[in-house]
Amino acid sequence: MDLQGRHLVEPLDLSVDEIEWLIDAAGRIVAKPEDYAEACKGKLLATLFYEPSTRTRFSFEAAMLRLGGQVIGFSEPSSSSVSKGESIADTIRTVACYADIAVMRHPKEGSALVASRCADIPVINGGDGGHHHPTQTLTDLMTIKLEKGGFNNITVGMCGDLKFGRTVHSLIRALTRYSGVRFVLISPDELRVPEYVREEVERSGAEFEETRDLREALPELDVLYMTRVQRERFFNEEDYIRLKDSYILDAEKLRSAKQSLMVLHPLPRVNEISADVDADPRAFYFRQAKNGMYIRMALIMALLGSKGV
Amino acid sequence: MEINSIANGIVIDHIRAGFGLKVLEYLKIDKGLGSVAIIMNAVSEKHGRKDLIKLENVENVDVDVLGLIDHNATVIYIKNDGIVKKAKLSLPEKVTNVILCKNPRCVTSVEAVPHVFHLADASGKYRCEYCDNMVKSQ
Repeated sequence: MDLQGRHLVEPLDLSVDEIEWLIDAAGRIVAKPEDYAEACKGKLLATLFYEPSTRTRFSFEAAMLRLGGQVIGFSEPSSSSVSKGESIADTIRTVACYADIAVMRHPKEGSALVASRCADIPVINGGDGGHHHPTQTLTDLMTIKLEKGGFNNITVGMCGDLKFGRTVHSLIRALTRYSGVRFVLISPDELRVPEYVREEVERSGAEFEETRDLREALPELDVLYMTRVQRERFFNEEDYIRLKDSYILDAEKLRSAKQSLMVLHPLPRVNEISADVDADPRAFYFRQAKNGMYIRMALIMALLGSKGV
Repeated sequence: MEINSIANGIVIDHIRAGFGLKVLEYLKIDKGLGSVAIIMNAVSEKHGRKDLIKLENVENVDVDVLGLIDHNATVIYIKNDGIVKKAKLSLPEKVTNVILCKNPRCVTSVEAVPHVFHLADASGKYRCEYCDNMVKSQ
């Protein structure tokens, strides 16, 4: 599979076969990480984080370091020329002079597309505002595949902030390519999926329903993807406070769910999953976070054209 | 009301009533080239009422822009007092710097990039290339 030199801006930049191949490659890395300890020796990853991040930045940095490569970058724009008003285009062109591959998180939607068009090194979208987050989707897909064996004929519930939830938008877009996937979109009216996401689902022919009732939807789900209501996406604090605790999954609610349910969450969580769910075997979110590093190792190797992945 | 016919130029006919001024604005016609006539609320057998624009000594207009504003309009090219071509319009697949993205979270609000929209469906909805924000063309 040749992904060398490619960008990853949104989930459909990778074909179904390429995604499956990356998941398999990540599995090979999990099985024998020592074989990959020098796979990216001499290569440099630039991490351009204009927004705070724990998992995405750390997992990318850990991934590159575990591959024997090195990392440069910033974790807040105030420590770079961005604070002087430098454009995304100029920043990425400059970074491309020094690094071999870059991952960027930016609050504006479409920022990764702009960056990818200006860079002659692979650019990975680490989250562009409330739009897309394709490497989280790779993580989600890997976690689902390891447990369910595939993606066909599953009922996936998405719950919480479906309007600004970039991980939700990317996962839906990726899953619409599989047959028999049914979506149950659970949110308050104010946080329903954007029009373009709804249209994509409709166009794909996938069955979907929108509801406000998590309790009612739970028994039919094979996967429940919980999301945080994100304070940073609201222009109005009052709206955030009103909506932030719309859904709280707890052990009592889970009683009505299938024993084979997978509870996923891109993390960080605030109140939307109660701590009493953590010990339930159906809670997959910390395993999901671990998978994130391995799939990013596979992705970095593939985009750099490293041998042996 | 009478407006003289033109010997050379373009007539944009069957513009939806009330949209003539908007069409003229979007076309950014160089008004130094010749006379420009706009007729509003003219009687139309097909549409009841219509707007109509006559552009003297203009050889080309941006039909993509025109299709976006009113794809039911007809463009008639006139040369030496005769009609040389009639063009029906359609919704353009892609427009650049015609629709401006109003999503405050879109990268176009901070970066000097062209505003590019793609036709999303036959009803005339367009999707921002960067943020996927959907807008109706008319």
